[in-house]
Amino acid sequence: MSDAVAGKDGDFSIADGQNLKQRLRKATSRARWQAVFMVAPLGVFVLLTFILPIAQMLFRSVDDPVVSDALPQTVVALESWTDRSELPEEAVYAALAADLKFLRAGGADGEGKSLIGRLATRLNFDTSGVRSTITKTARKVKKIEAPFKEAFIKADKKWGQPDIWASIDRLGGAVNSTQFLAALDLRQDVNGDIVSQPEVRQIYVTLWLRTLWISLLVTVICVALAYPVSYLLATLPLRISNLLIICVLLPFWTSLLVRTTSWIVVLGQNGVLLEALHLIGLVGEGADRPQLIYNMTGTIVAMTHILLPFMVLPLYSVMKGISPSYMRAARSLGANPTLAFVRVYLPQTVPGLGAGCILVFILAIGYYITPALVGGQDGQLISNFIAYHMQRSLNWGLAAALGTMLLAGVMALYWLYDKIVGINNMKLG
Amino acid sequence: MATNDDFIVRFENVQKSYDGESLVVKDLNLNVDRGEFLTMLGPSGSGKTTCLMMLAGFEPATHGEIYLNDRPINNVPPHKRGIGMVFQNYALFPHMTVAENLAFPLEVRGMSKADTEAKVTRALEMVRLGPFGGRRPAQLSGGQQQRVAVARALVFDPDLVLMDEPLGALDKNLREEMQYEIKHIHETVGVSVVYVTHDQSEALTMSNRVAVFDDGIIQQLAPPEELYERPVNAFVAYFIGENNRLYGTVKEVKGESSVVEIDGGGGMIESLAVNTGGVGSRTTLSLRPERVVVSPTAGSMQNVVSGKVEELIYLGDHIRTRMTVSGNNEFIVKVPNAQGHATLKVGEEVQLGWTTEDCRALDAPAGAA
Ligand SMILES: Nc1ncnc2c1ncn2[C@@H]1O[C@H](COP(=O)(O)OP(=O)(O)O)[C@@H](O)[C@H]1O
Ligand SMILES: [Mg+2]
Repeated sequence: MSDAVAGKDGDFSIADGQNLKQRLRKATSRARWQAVFMVAPLGVFVLLTFILPIAQMLFRSVDDPVVSDALPQTVVALESWTDRSELPEEAVYAALAADLKFLRAGGADGEGKSLIGRLATRLNFDTSGVRSTITKTARKVKKIEAPFKEAFIKADKKWGQPDIWASIDRLGGAVNSTQFLAALDLRQDVNGDIVSQPEVRQIYVTLWLRTLWISLLVTVICVALAYPVSYLLATLPLRISNLLIICVLLPFWTSLLVRTTSWIVVLGQNGVLLEALHLIGLVGEGADRPQLIYNMTGTIVAMTHILLPFMVLPLYSVMKGISPSYMRAARSLGANPTLAFVRVYLPQTVPGLGAGCILVFILAIGYYITPALVGGQDGQLISNFIAYHMQRSLNWGLAAALGTMLLAGVMALYWLYDKIVGINNMKLG
Repeated sequence: MATNDDFIVRFENVQKSYDGESLVVKDLNLNVDRGEFLTMLGPSGSGKTTCLMMLAGFEPATHGEIYLNDRPINNVPPHKRGIGMVFQNYALFPHMTVAENLAFPLEVRGMSKADTEAKVTRALEMVRLGPFGGRRPAQLSGGQQQRVAVARALVFDPDLVLMDEPLGALDKNLREEMQYEIKHIHETVGVSVVYVTHDQSEALTMSNRVAVFDDGIIQQLAPPEELYERPVNAFVAYFIGENNRLYGTVKEVKGESSVVEIDGGGGMIESLAVNTGGVGSRTTLSLRPERVVVSPTAGSMQNVVSGKVEELIYLGDHIRTRMTVSGNNEFIVKVPNAQGHATLKVGEEVQLGWTTEDCRALDAPAGAA
């Protein structure tokens, strides 16, 4: 038999008995390997510079080894502490004394003293005001003798309150969720129940809401400004539209910093805009003038300006592909211009609209430099606080938790978009 | 005598310029009869689409007036004209199903759901696409999309349908099939059609009358037979069907006919004076290849000249023969493959004859002295 024959399940076998599928796979394997080699350099690059750092960040948001490293015996001893209204037993105090003495003597790797510092900082993030309790006690620990309980309370009276012990217990697990709770203005109380942070320490929920609100507002303004412009660009003769496209793209070729700071010149107290309005008598002097920069207004204006091209380009590219004959067809079929636009034109621009909105919103929600420069107090976004925790307070765990939540939010949004519009419907340009 | 009421469309002295410098449509006067299938035929760029766009309301006329059902419509917006239109690329709305596309004109007219559904179903059946209502246009073949576009233009019962090269994107077989289908729909529905094409065979097949456009002017408006048999000028003769051209000078005018001395020393030709000046003026003689007889019996033809066979192409029913006649080496003769037909050889000199009636003396070629 020399011809290929079909098996009853549709499998083809060839004269020499080889399966057709296997033959095909063999024939295409060369092309597959070529593809792998072409992708490999970029793959490695992305892995090293993108995937690994993100994975590390995700891990850091829950990884919290300081307390368990510094106070291993105490953490174990605390497992028997069940009645949170009472202080722990003597054995726990003894374990703490042993841990601290060991650290003062240099610890496992000779870095014991610096570990005490990090322990104090970590506990202080969790329960404010305990930094000195730790450092002070550690300094005196050589002289602390049994009975340990009394000696500790004498050294610092915070050892006589359950709060610090609950804190050590909570952070004793090398992996815990305190940072995520903190990122939502929540914490665990002495009994391990999740409660709100005290009023004065609540900032993140407001920040999250503000970030969402500003991103949404910027997206909406961008749509309102970009839609007519893109329509014009798509319908004008190519010669003129190319020129205008350059105007749209021009901001892309200017430094972000320059563009942002130029807003300071325009919107400042004695800036171009207010001076011009003053000249025509619309605003007064000094304190009468509205504050346009170093607040939320400044952030919104500057971010809209910077993100506008990301809305124009996808819209333009989609509109460019919509033949004018669709509108004409709708008109000839009896639809007035408004109806023709709503029923025929608008739905066809959804892929560009969706892509533009997703792009602008995602960029806005993680925006850093513009709010940092022109945002003042109430124009700060979540990324400004991530940066703050990375650079100033050095609370990397909290920064990682905030970043992780931001990433999860963007992913959720992407998923939602896919459900509603379909990711295949997105046209980026 | 026909009154203006018998015409569904009238163009009256219509002119159109896009740039304010040149006229794309020059003084168009055209009446379309009710129920007629009228085709605008002409080379690309001759202003056909522009005429259609002015009629549909998408381009304003620079000058003149257009009447629809004897009502001037220059100031009526497109959606109030009630004219169905089939576009070259069909312009089916890609985000709607076929049924939604067809329902669109009915919905915007506020028709009830039940009526809409019934009409859509009927329209789909008319174009034999009954089961395809739920599909998107992109899921249909070119021919099917074409039929949906026709159905959509007819579903709201307009008096008039415009079609701008609707078959341009189809392959040859499908195009011929669709020509008959559209013709058939026109006959059953009784709608008036203004059809635009640059394909002369399409125009001849489908139309009641054909308006031949060139350079923004109607060169001739006539039924297909007349257009072919009796072209009034050199452009029409050249554009419709195949045509031999001989240039010459009028030597004598004898009532209906004129005697022309053809260039290249071919001698005197007696021809029908259709569109020539007086004695001494230049003219183009137009002669259909199938009307030339090889080796005519003596005295049967008014005109006999000799020609040299250059090329023979066997086409089954006839043999297409290219000859040199009076210095013109593009002279085509169709020798029918009938019993006892003349057998020719390349290089042979033969006598060719034709009658006065078949040889039309038309206007001189532009630029010729
Ligand atoms: N929108 C327009 N703007 C400027 N010139 C146009 C426009 N549409 C058509 N023209 C010009 O008008 C002439 C006639 O075009 P058109 O009516 O499309 O011819 P046809 O349909 O017979 O091919 C062409 O020379 C074309 O370049
Ligand atoms: Mg055209």
